[in-house]
Amino acid sequence: MVRSSPVAALRTDGRWLPLAEQVLAHAAKEGATEAEVLVVAEDSALTRFANSEIHQNVAETNVSVNLRFVAGRRIGVASSGRIDDEGLRRLASNAGAIARNVAELEDWGGLPEPTGIRDVPAAFSEATAGATPEFRAAAARAVIGAADDAGVVAYGSFATGTESITVANSKGVRATQERTTSQLITVHMASDGGSGYAEQAAVDATTIEAQALGREAAAKARATSGAVSVDPGDYPVVLEEYAVVDLLDMLGYLGFSALAVQEGRSFVEIGKKVGSELVSIHDDGADPAGLPMAFDYEGVAKQRVELIDGGICRGVVYDAQTAAREDRKSTGHGLPAPNTYGPFPINMLMAAGDTSRDDLVAGLDRGLLVTRFHYTNPVHPKLAIVTGMTRDGTFLVEGGKIVGPVRNLRFTQSYLQALAGVVAVGRERKTLRGFLGGSVVPALRIEAFTFTGATEH
Amino acid sequence: MRDFTARSLDTAASLGATYADVRVVSRRDESIAIKSGRVEGVASGENEGFGIRVLVDGAWGFASSHRVDPKEADRIAGQAVRIARASATALRTPVVLDNRPPATGRYETPVKQDPFGVALEDKIAALLAADEVANAVRGVSFTESTYAAQRESKTFAATDGSFTEQVVTHVGSGMEINAVEGDEHQRRSYPDAGGGWQAAGYEYIRGLDLLAHAEAYAEEAVALLSAPQCPPGRRTIVLDPSQLYLQVHESCGHPTELDRVFGTEASYAGTSFLTTDKLQSHFRYGSELVDIVADATAPGGMGTFGWDDEGVDAQAVPLVKEGIFVGYLSSRETAPRIGRRSGGAMRADGWNRIPLIRMTNVNLLPKPGMSLDEIVADTDDGLYLASNRSWSIDDRRLNFQFATEVAYEIKGGKKGRLLKNPTYTGITYEFWRSCDAVGDERSFVMLGTPNCGKGEPGQIGHVGHAVPGARFRDVQVGVGKW
Repeated sequence: MVRSSPVAALRTDGRWLPLAEQVLAHAAKEGATEAEVLVVAEDSALTRFANSEIHQNVAETNVSVNLRFVAGRRIGVASSGRIDDEGLRRLASNAGAIARNVAELEDWGGLPEPTGIRDVPAAFSEATAGATPEFRAAAARAVIGAADDAGVVAYGSFATGTESITVANSKGVRATQERTTSQLITVHMASDGGSGYAEQAAVDATTIEAQALGREAAAKARATSGAVSVDPGDYPVVLEEYAVVDLLDMLGYLGFSALAVQEGRSFVEIGKKVGSELVSIHDDGADPAGLPMAFDYEGVAKQRVELIDGGICRGVVYDAQTAAREDRKSTGHGLPAPNTYGPFPINMLMAAGDTSRDDLVAGLDRGLLVTRFHYTNPVHPKLAIVTGMTRDGTFLVEGGKIVGPVRNLRFTQSYLQALAGVVAVGRERKTLRGFLGGSVVPALRIEAFTFTGATEH
Repeated sequence: MRDFTARSLDTAASLGATYADVRVVSRRDESIAIKSGRVEGVASGENEGFGIRVLVDGAWGFASSHRVDPKEADRIAGQAVRIARASATALRTPVVLDNRPPATGRYETPVKQDPFGVALEDKIAALLAADEVANAVRGVSFTESTYAAQRESKTFAATDGSFTEQVVTHVGSGMEINAVEGDEHQRRSYPDAGGGWQAAGYEYIRGLDLLAHAEAYAEEAVALLSAPQCPPGRRTIVLDPSQLYLQVHESCGHPTELDRVFGTEASYAGTSFLTTDKLQSHFRYGSELVDIVADATAPGGMGTFGWDDEGVDAQAVPLVKEGIFVGYLSSRETAPRIGRRSGGAMRADGWNRIPLIRMTNVNLLPKPGMSLDEIVADTDDGLYLASNRSWSIDDRRLNFQFATEVAYEIKGGKKGRLLKNPTYTGITYEFWRSCDAVGDERSFVMLGTPNCGKGEPGQIGHVGHAVPGARFRDVQVGVGKW
């Protein structure tokens, strides 16, 4: 639904808009020719458990006001946690002083104009907003209970939070939304070295299946006991969803940004085939399967962007400045100013396939089943070559059957070549937290993955 | 401020806290980013808030707010106590803290020239001048030159009578010069990838002198495009401080964090191979040349302070002595579990985060004898690796792989041709045991990491590493087909 109201007020009382207007007024008095105010207010909490007991338990109430002050083609940005009038005046004064002291941006495209922002009711859950310490502790106890039942030990966290985002600018953008997110992760470890992992992210914290996640991690911890070494080398693999999310995150970081293309550091060439025809990835802030977001940090409505369709590069995401350089419109993927990294896809979804989890594994003649990756980092950004470790459940598969756990391996692998080698896609998908937002991903079977080292566990 | 902290602590105690501490923190930031001559991002920020940490029934609770007023202190203290009571419903071992005398006093980073007092246009002009020189080099695709400063003012008070005030100032600056051709993307960074950082004033930034180094680094970035690929094999490598500091960070700093050893970071960053039995068995971590210390008193280090965020005095804690593993980074909660007192390594990322065990300044001590140049001269056949480009290490901190921006071939004691895309990999203790030369004071330099991630919710730590250069034998260089 496109709202005709001048204020896109999505699941929020708009309480931060008057403050944003106040800052715009101060900026105008300071001589701003354009101004943009971003208010991010947060109420969040996280309960952390280790050794099967809660050991950290925290809550935070915070608000930050960010002002992008434009004087002609000169830009200054200031931020503050002070929301009293004196603090807001100083914010405008500081941003103005910066703008007066910097050089002009010759290709400054101006702040964005208002866009039709769709209501995304699926972005907010009253239950998550009202989550109590007792609610989180109960979930932690459920996870721990599953570990106790299996004779393993639980380590993890359960986070719940509400984020209110308000953007107002001098060109008429008035956008405000309230989002909730929750995430439970757990690693279960056995005394003989086995470990397993489970994770779920959701808008509605009451849909987090704590006990089931605990059982999943516990079962894997039991199954990985007594892992043996295998030689590094090329193996066909099945990557579980927890590993696949890293592929999307890293490709988003390295290549799906218009700025990365403009600077020549992206692998993306529109129309170029980079993945198998089974691979389709898009970004969609409105999809309720993910962690939705109606507009970006510049107040621009999020557009669905096809990134890879049937293995072929179809697009990248834009913010206002990168769009202006190409005389086009922002796709609603701007991050808070100042942002030298450029736009970012934070709501990526990978299309599901038609293969069951059992059949993904059954298709491996001799290969590895990988639960998740750890500490990945680009080695060659333009070729999307990434190194990292496997973790919390790596198994040798022979004749389509899991024959046993193996010690963790280091991989050094082009994620693009991995996409090109996708031969089967899982029909189920998981919603998981990514670098900056949430991703929805299936498991994948890939015909070759290069492991370059091994560790002792 | 004393009234506010007293109110916070009194409220917490009256609601049942057996121990409480409060930190009131205000932080001021300034950053400048120049991209290929464009002043792309200039920002300033300030925030203030407080966090109250309580122990109730042996369990922790923490709550924080940006509103620093007495009414909010009561609300947050109450919230922290409620959270602690919820924690107690899933508690197996009540928390016990070590005894330390109440902390009192004031600490301030020595600063010769206040970075916030230097005119913004002067800071921008200095960056633009260096950036212009780099961009003038033919073949450079884009550059990024940055400056940042942060000043944190912090008041700490605890129910044991502690009351400290600290003002800590950190500054950093650097430039990254990129050359892209086809699928090849090469980069050179000065003084280091991510910039040079210290606890200091603007005098440190002036001393970096980006302008004087811009052209040479730009030329090297372009030259790397046509340099040969660094060939794989078992090699002798000499690590420049610009790479060695990160090796220390990842393979010694993190695995000596005692909270990791006890599993409290297991679900996120992982655990550690340096289990407590290795402390008792005098585990050989490295060769006898390897002395590593966590020194929160080191001049210029971003891990230097007066007291940690539990009110424990800054101190120097040996971690590895003559190659033997001897100590951990620790806290008041973890140290008693190994029969020791806190080493003062609890640090929080601002008012809205709890303190965690973090690195202070984890330093590899220099060895009298050879300068770094003399180590190169003493190397018949090897590689000299500089400036980190990529890093990864497993969840117990054993298997690591690093890439550097550049390798120089060493033949007959001389640095020769450039090689591109170098990587090296190994197992932590095998690698440090292979160290057969550590540079003396002449290459010993304080560097820092302003982006050390740890904890949930995430915290970004500023930590220091003073290191010289060093040599390692029989290291796997290059990986697989690439």
